[in-house]
Amino acid sequence: MIDEELVRLLTPEGERVAHPEYQSTLSGEEIFGLYRDMVIIRRLCNESTSLQRQGQLALWAPVQGQEAAQIGAGRAMAPTDFSFPTYREHGIAWCRGIPPENMLRLFRAVSNGGWDPQKYRHSVPTIVLGNQALHAVGYAMGIQRDGAEEAAITFFGDGASSQGDTLEAFVWAASFNAPVVFFCQNNQWGISTPSSLQSKVPLYRRAEGFGFPGVRVDGNDVLAVYEVTKRALENARVGGGPTLIEAYTYRMGAHTTSDDPTRYRIDAEVEVWKHRDPVERVKALLVREYEIKSTAFDDVATEADAMALKLREDVLAMSRPDPITMFDNAYASEHPLVDEGRREMVELGISGGTH
Amino acid sequence: MATTTMTMAKALNEGLRRALEKDKKVLLMGEDIGKLGGVFRITDGLQKDFGEDRVIDAPLAESAIVGTAVGLAIRGYRTVCEMQFDGFVFPAFDQIVSQVAKLRKRSDGAFTMGLVIRLPFQGGIGAIEHHSESPEAYFAHTGGLRVVSCSTPNDAYWMIQQAVEHDDPIIFCEPKSRYWEKGEVDLEQAPHGLFDSVVRREGTDVTVIGYGSTVKTILRAADTAATEGVSIEVIDARSLSPLDFSPMVRSVEKTGRFVTVHEAPHTASIGSEIVAELTQRCFYSLRAPGIRVSGYHIPYPPTRIEEDYRPSVDRVLDAVDRVMGFES
Repeated sequence: MIDEELVRLLTPEGERVAHPEYQSTLSGEEIFGLYRDMVIIRRLCNESTSLQRQGQLALWAPVQGQEAAQIGAGRAMAPTDFSFPTYREHGIAWCRGIPPENMLRLFRAVSNGGWDPQKYRHSVPTIVLGNQALHAVGYAMGIQRDGAEEAAITFFGDGASSQGDTLEAFVWAASFNAPVVFFCQNNQWGISTPSSLQSKVPLYRRAEGFGFPGVRVDGNDVLAVYEVTKRALENARVGGGPTLIEAYTYRMGAHTTSDDPTRYRIDAEVEVWKHRDPVERVKALLVREYEIKSTAFDDVATEADAMALKLREDVLAMSRPDPITMFDNAYASEHPLVDEGRREMVELGISGGTH
Repeated sequence: MATTTMTMAKALNEGLRRALEKDKKVLLMGEDIGKLGGVFRITDGLQKDFGEDRVIDAPLAESAIVGTAVGLAIRGYRTVCEMQFDGFVFPAFDQIVSQVAKLRKRSDGAFTMGLVIRLPFQGGIGAIEHHSESPEAYFAHTGGLRVVSCSTPNDAYWMIQQAVEHDDPIIFCEPKSRYWEKGEVDLEQAPHGLFDSVVRREGTDVTVIGYGSTVKTILRAADTAATEGVSIEVIDARSLSPLDFSPMVRSVEKTGRFVTVHEAPHTASIGSEIVAELTQRCFYSLRAPGIRVSGYHIPYPPTRIEEDYRPSVDRVLDAVDRVMGFES
C-alpha cells in the first residue's frame, strides 16, 4: 500500500490521524451509527453465505472487508442522489433503505432485480461489468438538464476498471462536466485476477488523464470514506464535475460462493488485511474516545442476529414465482410473441394465471 | 389531405423536429449530428433550433451513446440515438442487449426504456467496409427490443415520431440507399400503426415480402412480372420484431406462393422467420415452398461488386419463377 497517497482519518488501530484536506465531521453518535450499519451488513452477509451453503440461494457475493467503503459512501449520499450499483453493493442498498430480503431476491433467483429502483433511488444490480457507469453519467446529464442540485454515483471494482464502458464513462463525464462520482472499490481481486493486471498505475491516478480529480481513500476507514465521498458528491451537485474515488480495500471472502480463493491467493495476504479490519478499528475508536460500553456493542450484535434470523425466515418464505410472471414487464405494451408465450403456458397447464 | 413531396432524409428530419417540438424530454444524441447535421444530414438544423442540450454532439463512443441514453431514460428523458452507420453499432451491442432490452424487466417495470436507436442500414451507396451492413436480425432475436424499418418518406416521417413516443426501446432501421428518394408525405395523418405490415401493391399469383431498401426493388420486379402475366402482391413488413403476420397470411392464403427479400444473409434471418411462420400458418394454402432472396453468407463485399450481392430485380424475378414453377 502506498500510504502517502491514501486519505486516512483513522489508523487500523482506531487512532485518529490528521489529514491536510479532510477532517471528520461526524459526532460520536453518528460514528456509532456507522459501526451499527457495518455490523449489521456483515452479519446479514454471513447469514446469506450460510443460506447459499444450505441450498437456499443460487449464489451470494460476499461483502466482508468492504463494509467501511460501502457504508461510508452510502451514508454520504443525500436522499435525492441516485446510485448505480453492481451485484455486491449490499451496504449501499442498506443505506438506501432497501429491505435486506429484497437484496436477496436476485440471489434466491426469484427476480432479476429485487426492489423498486426509482423509489429507493438505487438502480438494480448490474452484473455485466462497467455497464452501469454509463447509466450514471447519462442520469447525471439528465440532472444537468433538469437544473437540479443532485448527483449520481456509480460503484464498480478494480476488475471493471478495465472495461471500455467504464473508461467511456470517464470521457463523457469529463466532456460534459457531469455531476457524477465514480466510486471504485479496489478490493485487489477480480475473481482470480489481481489488480496489478488491471492497472500499472494506482487506479485513482487514471482520473487525471481524463481531466478530473482522483482520490485514493483508505477503503477500510469509514470516517475517511464518508468525508471523501461527501465532498465529491457536494462538488458534483454544484457543478464541480466528476470525481474518481478509489477506495483501497480488500475482499476478505470469495468473489462469490462459487469461487475458491485458496487456488490463487496466499493466506499471508489475507492475514495482513485482517489487521486492517474496518469494523474493529471503529469499535476501538468508540471505546477509546467515546467510552462506549460493551453492552452497547452487545446490543448491536443482538439486533444484527435478530435481523439475520428475520432475513432467513423471509428468504425461506420466498416461493417459486408463478411461471406466467416471466412475461411481466418484458415489454411496456402488448406484444404478440409475449401473448403467444403466455397462451402456450396456460394451454399446457404450466400456469393457470393471467398476469 | 395536406401532402408535400420530400426525400426520406428530409422526412426523417421533419419527423424528428416534430418530436422535439412535441415533448421537451426528447433529446437527440449522436456523432456529428449538431453543426454538421449528421453524415447523412438527417439532423440538419436541429441543433441550431433546439440547442446543444437537446441535440447533443457525442464523443465518438457508441456504447456510451446508448449507455448514457439508458441513464437519461431512467431520469425520464427520451433519447434518439444516432448510430452513424450499421457497422458501428456493435460497440453498443452490449448496452443494447444487456441493458436496453432488459432493464424494464429487471426493474419490474420501474424503468421505462423509451429510447430509439437509429440505424442507417443496408448497402447500395458504394461505401467502404462496415458502412453497408444489415444487422437487424441480431436485434430482432432479442426479447425486450422492437425493430422497425421504413421504406418511404411518408413512413419515415411518421414512424420516427411513433417510435419516439413508444415506451419500448426501438431499433429504427433506415435504408440509407433510399435517403435521397422523394415521395409524398402526409403531414396530418399517420398512415399506419408503427408495428403494422402493409400491402404496397395488390396481386394474385405470388406474395413478395420485403422491407427497407428492398420494397422498391420488389415493386420494380412486380412491374416487370406484370408484363409477363405474373401478378405479384407486394408486402412491406415495416415491423421486423414483432413481425405483423396477419396481412402476410391473408395474402399467402390467396396466392399460395411467397418470396422474402432482404439484403442480410438468409441464415437465421428475418426471411427465415417469415418462411417458418407462414409455412406453419398457411400450410394448406401453399402451392410452393417459401423462398428467400438475400445477401450471401459472407462478409459484405467491396462495393464495386455490391450490386451482385444485394437482391436485384432479376434475382427477385428468378425466385418468383421458381415458386411459380412448383405448379402441379
